[in-house]
Amino acid sequence: MSPEALLTTILLTPLAGAVLIGLLRKAPNLRETASVLTGVALFACNYALYSAFQDGAAPSLVLAELAPGLQIAFTIEPLGLAFALIASLLWPVTTLYAIGYVRSHRERNQTRFYASFALSLFAVMGLAYSANLATLFVCYEALTLATWPLVTHANNRSAWAAGRVYLGILMSTSIAFLLLACVATYVLTGTTDFTPGGILSQPLADGSASSLGLGILLMLFVFGTGKAAIMPFHRWLPNAMVAPTPVSALLHAVAVVKAGVFTILKVSVYIFGLDLMRELDLHLVLAYLAAFTVVAASVIALGKDNLKERLAYSTIGQLSYITLGAMVATPKAIEGAGLHIAAHAFGKITLFFAAGAFIITAHKSRVSQIDGIAKRMPITMGCFLVGALAIVGMPPTGGMWSKLLLVDGMASSGHWPLMAALLISSLLNVVYLLSVPFRAFVLPEAPRTGSYADHGMAPFLCRVAMVTTASLTVLLFFFPDQVHGLVRLAAESATTP
Amino acid sequence: MIEQHAIALVVVVPLLAAPLCVLTGRGRGAWTVATAAIWSTFALALHLVQRVLTDGPISYAMGGWEPPVGIEFRLDAAGALVMLVITGIATIVAPYARKSIEREVDDFRQHRFYACLLLCLCGLLGMTITADAFNLFVCLEISSLSTYAMVAMGRDRRAFTAAFRYLLIGTVGATFYLLGIGFLYILTGTLNMADMAERLVQPAWDGEGLVHQTRTARAAFAFLTVGLSLKIAIWPLHLWLPNVYAYAPSAVSAFLSATATKVAVLVLLRMFYLVDGIAMPFSTLPLADTLVPLALIGAIGTSILAIYQEDLKRALAYSSVAQVGYIVLGIGLASTTGLSASLLHLFNHALMKGALFCAMGCIVYRVGSTRIAAVRGVGRMMPWTTAALILGGLSLIGVPLTAGFTSKWALITAILEQERWLTAALMLVSSLLAIIYVGRIIGIVLLAKRPRGAPQVGEAPVWMVAPTLVLALLNLYFGIASDTSSELAMSAAQALEEVAR
Repeated sequence: MSPEALLTTILLTPLAGAVLIGLLRKAPNLRETASVLTGVALFACNYALYSAFQDGAAPSLVLAELAPGLQIAFTIEPLGLAFALIASLLWPVTTLYAIGYVRSHRERNQTRFYASFALSLFAVMGLAYSANLATLFVCYEALTLATWPLVTHANNRSAWAAGRVYLGILMSTSIAFLLLACVATYVLTGTTDFTPGGILSQPLADGSASSLGLGILLMLFVFGTGKAAIMPFHRWLPNAMVAPTPVSALLHAVAVVKAGVFTILKVSVYIFGLDLMRELDLHLVLAYLAAFTVVAASVIALGKDNLKERLAYSTIGQLSYITLGAMVATPKAIEGAGLHIAAHAFGKITLFFAAGAFIITAHKSRVSQIDGIAKRMPITMGCFLVGALAIVGMPPTGGMWSKLLLVDGMASSGHWPLMAALLISSLLNVVYLLSVPFRAFVLPEAPRTGSYADHGMAPFLCRVAMVTTASLTVLLFFFPDQVHGLVRLAAESATTP
Repeated sequence: MIEQHAIALVVVVPLLAAPLCVLTGRGRGAWTVATAAIWSTFALALHLVQRVLTDGPISYAMGGWEPPVGIEFRLDAAGALVMLVITGIATIVAPYARKSIEREVDDFRQHRFYACLLLCLCGLLGMTITADAFNLFVCLEISSLSTYAMVAMGRDRRAFTAAFRYLLIGTVGATFYLLGIGFLYILTGTLNMADMAERLVQPAWDGEGLVHQTRTARAAFAFLTVGLSLKIAIWPLHLWLPNVYAYAPSAVSAFLSATATKVAVLVLLRMFYLVDGIAMPFSTLPLADTLVPLALIGAIGTSILAIYQEDLKRALAYSSVAQVGYIVLGIGLASTTGLSASLLHLFNHALMKGALFCAMGCIVYRVGSTRIAAVRGVGRMMPWTTAALILGGLSLIGVPLTAGFTSKWALITAILEQERWLTAALMLVSSLLAIIYVGRIIGIVLLAKRPRGAPQVGEAPVWMVAPTLVLALLNLYFGIASDTSSELAMSAAQALEEVAR
């Protein structure tokens, strides 16, 4: 297939998947098979596109011009490629997990569930391959709306309340700040295309924008991207944990939140350009705010007994690692941030898979209930341990490389407090994440009560999914080059215009 | 033959069909006649719009009397845009009205209602295409008087007071308009707009400046602006609007919200851009500085009011005032991009408010009211209506891929072009308020629990749901394929600015 055709196929595959899932609503087995196969096909296409990219292909696709400056167009660049590869790789795995999860949980409206997943992936693909800010904004909002039915899936009072916060924060920040920032960029430069080296240095040079003005613009971008969950706009993420665990795993550890930090990275690299970023005074303010979020979220996570909430706050902290890397804006920091998207995705999805397995098999959702559970669920807990190591940044997981690069980036920028924040947070990670496997492996099991006392292992498909993602985490330690190569390309293109 | 007189027929068909409606008396007849008339008007309008966009403006001498002596009908791109909105919305509302009006208007009044609807349509279309300032006043009165009558037929006795208040305020507005035209007539001795424009740029009699810079001309434009602002419902001249939209029959709310204020905007723009290339009120009056703050206060203030309404239709009515604020804001920017953004929003707002008021009408049909207590939780029993409500609501917020987004994007671009950061920020604040009130409406209709003992209802009849859904889907269509609408708005803006003859 030609690269253009591949790109089109990638955008259409999840849509076709959603339609197929809808058509097969009467036959659950076929429906789930279709869902998994769509995911596999999507990853295959993305991988083919990656190979084409390495051969030097640069396809682009212009769909429509909605209004002057509002062009819907897609193209490929290394960061987006990396993001699309990660998301599409984890989608079929999550679907496998979801089959085990929703069936043993007897969830209702499963067709809507799988179809919304496919639609969300459609939005993610569009976002990853967007060629300009306008397209990115449209896909960003589409992603918010496509995931909303998943957040409210439980259809009870707390789910609706969470849905309200979810839409409220994500939509208000994007409409109030991100939209304004996109339009302002368009007005300042006459384009919103993502360009290596950035497009905003021109207005600064000819005097149509001041350094402070561009700093405020950067602020609008960072705060407007509510999905990156920088404080004080992080509340939606813990709220969204009422969703079924597969949703938390794929969307609120990978697709949605990564879409947020991906947006920030992309804006730093292709709209501002790293050289310009470092000239703005406000980039440090934002970097310190991100560093604050990193530490504060870890401290809050310490105090959370509910495992999923603890993981959610951990995610908020880890997302701010990436934002921090983008704000520091040295090539090393950008590389680390980009690689951390992958490392955190694999690690955190494993953690969520394990957390979900405890919920459905043992009906345990709190850390304090988990003592000694490893005797019954050794595989699950082993996977959890690997995921936790990835988040902490220890070998043999990919998390080590990204943290190393990030710390290196902070050091080369010369801002020691930022580096200190990373290290403090890593220590806190050790405490709040590794305490879980410690309790499970070492402490004796609490006296059994209730009907779920004699539980066995997690459903087979859940275990398969978990082991897959845990191995991916380990693989990323031994073979980081593919992802790293992509993000390095992006970081290099950003410095040499 | 039809082609030659199409522009006149657009007004004549509804005008002649109106008495026919009265003659058919009770029963289905009146509805049939009205629908046939409205649909044929729409067909004529489509034909005319096509012609205007390919061959340029159409001019027509009424009764064969050449302008400037006779009355001239003239259709340019701006008129075409508004004409498309009016006839299009009427075409969708006509089938909707059948069931809705059966339920909401007394049996013995229904045929008169359809006569009023046709007269209103005739008046609005007349305002759109006439090039004669006094004829425009006549059309304005035709549409206004028929509107008062339609509003008064509402399901609620409060409709009477709403209609009466509208009558008082509307008459003041029309009188101001007439005074303004009177002044201009004194100055120029003509009522044909093109002719008037020519004479306004000639040297004034006292030798100081041009005619349009004289104090009389300024007074005239002040009267015109205030009079038409009353009709447009620019804050703080909007006080008539919420009650009218809330208590009028549902079909009327949908029709009026999508058309009446829009035509008034067009007339205001025609007066502002009367002379080629000069936006008179912006050069001789401090209007640009007045309109923008008023529009912003209106957009934010009425959005806040919309959040606290106990009646959902009233909430939508307040939202209409807020949205009118956006349209006026674009005009106040006094730039081509601002003007085209404002015209685009005019078009898109007709779609979203039409869909929303139609959806409200469906709820009224089943529940009998749009008070919060009555509609709580009906959403799940009326899935299609709710779908339309959500689509319209998203468009109102300005979510991407809906019509509302493109006009919002265009408007912010136009604002930032002039580096008015505060204005842009305030406009976005009002969008946030829109999220709140739309979220509240959807929350009440869809998410809230139906109170114990409240009647269980079904989906509204297909006659009503289908048109509602069509309008809602048009929001999506013009959000995705918005190049057509934005091009139309752009050529409309250019047509207004440079009345090239």
